[in-house]
Amino acid sequence: MPERRPIVEGWFTTPTDGTPPALIGTRCTESGTYFFPPERVASRAPGHLDSPLEEVELSNRGRLWSYTDAQYQPPDPYVPVTDPHEPFCIAAVELTEERIVVMGQVVAGVGVDDLQVGMEMELVVDTLDTSTDADGVEVEHLIWKWRPVAEEATS
Amino acid sequence: MSVEPVAVLGVGMHPWGKWGRNFVEYGVAAARDALTDAGVDWRDVGFVAGADTVRNGYPGYVAGATFAQALGWTGIPVTSAYGACASGAMALEAARQRILSGMCDVALVVGADTTPKGFLKPNAGERTDDPDWLRFRLLGATNPTYFALYARRRVDLFGATPEDFALVKVKNSRHGVANPYARFAKEVGVDDVLASPLVASPLRLLDICATSDGGAAIVLSSMDYARRHAGSGPLVQVAAISTVTPTFPNTVIEMPNFATDSAAGLPVPERTFKQAIGDAAYAQAGLGPDDVDVAEVYDLSTALELDWYEDLGFCAAGEAEGLVRDGATTIGGRLPVNPSGGLACFGEAVPAQALAQVCELTWQLRGTAGDRQVDGARVGITANQGLFGHGSSVIVTR
Repeated sequence: MPERRPIVEGWFTTPTDGTPPALIGTRCTESGTYFFPPERVASRAPGHLDSPLEEVELSNRGRLWSYTDAQYQPPDPYVPVTDPHEPFCIAAVELTEERIVVMGQVVAGVGVDDLQVGMEMELVVDTLDTSTDADGVEVEHLIWKWRPVAEEATS
Repeated sequence: MSVEPVAVLGVGMHPWGKWGRNFVEYGVAAARDALTDAGVDWRDVGFVAGADTVRNGYPGYVAGATFAQALGWTGIPVTSAYGACASGAMALEAARQRILSGMCDVALVVGADTTPKGFLKPNAGERTDDPDWLRFRLLGATNPTYFALYARRRVDLFGATPEDFALVKVKNSRHGVANPYARFAKEVGVDDVLASPLVASPLRLLDICATSDGGAAIVLSSMDYARRHAGSGPLVQVAAISTVTPTFPNTVIEMPNFATDSAAGLPVPERTFKQAIGDAAYAQAGLGPDDVDVAEVYDLSTALELDWYEDLGFCAAGEAEGLVRDGATTIGGRLPVNPSGGLACFGEAVPAQALAQVCELTWQLRGTAGDRQVDGARVGITANQGLFGHGSSVIVTR
């Protein structure tokens, strides 16, 4: 079994108790604005350079701002996951509460025809790739991805 | 806040292509042509500004000095500017400031590039604090990914179709046939675009510009110097150079970032970054969209050309497809856009491209653009992409 490891430390939670994962951001306590990836140097809200920054978990749902797909294999440092390349979707989602648009891959099995600007999306943590690290350990890298919120049963 | 004009005394370009030679060679060729066009000896130039290339090692990072050395050291002051797609405009601005402050009469601006094949990719090395590296590693997000996100919004919000996008390519390819500096001088039809492979839905290969080798140069001078030295033709002037940055919170996703600023907390600016780029140019020139006769805008993708129609105020949001469908932006139409053929026919040579736009408008305003001439053009505007926090707009008049 490969070791499961977030591709970046401190950017998203990886709960094991069944609760939904979330992106980790920071909040400028003076202006109330949020930052993702978490800004830890200083608030980028003009005039609030000295404001404290507090770490917060961000909304794990939002509205689809736009989307596309990668029909060709992206160049290095992208790590291919299949050979040959299989197209995957990329979504940009505006988080409900923080109103930050965050890009992410869309989970496998969802194509552009399944998506529409404005639809509700939710965050999941999924496999990015599996590769061998500098110490020879096989690592399954984890990343946040987007997936459409399952439609409420209406019929 | 009108700014004093400076004169465009001479312009020159090296043809775009995939020549694979040293970028310095293209820059020198363009500079030689610009100096000849200006009737200025290199030894009379008082300042040189280079637009940097980041893909050709150290000589590219110090492009101003690289070109100065190649043309023969004359002891003049130098600057080198890098601002992604806006690099050329930043170098041009440095030259304008020198002239307007009275520190020199004549300045030379040069940009040139040699580009690798395929997708532009980040610098080598594992750089986990560099968003340009992370976007590839974490998301597989290439440059066309971003172009496609913008294009998709036109489809879903305004009902744009693949045919609308193709019409932009068809128009620009027709324009470019008459341009000896263009790399792709071949007319393409809507069917050709629609038959090309999907790269990043909804954009196809022929919707997206290539990367090219090329070089462009401009000789600027004070108005006084130009009146004393210029020939008899119309004197083209730089009325505005806008190189503004975004205002927080910037809520439109921008390469290479994979998240925007937050719209919660502080008020969102009324104008987007790309709108602000044009606004600043208009304000500087004391002109507005209704005054524009011809435009050169950054068609990194076909759909991005349509975005610029709206961001520069040529029409309201959602109406750009109508302009291209009606032929308003073709040569002979109400407001021709990209008479040079645009990036569709050139491919992008990053540090040269913003200068090439000004070269084209100079020829248009002089009335020497040959078979791609826009009749009676007196005011031209350029715009290039606001990415990495950069963008530019230049207004030229006669």
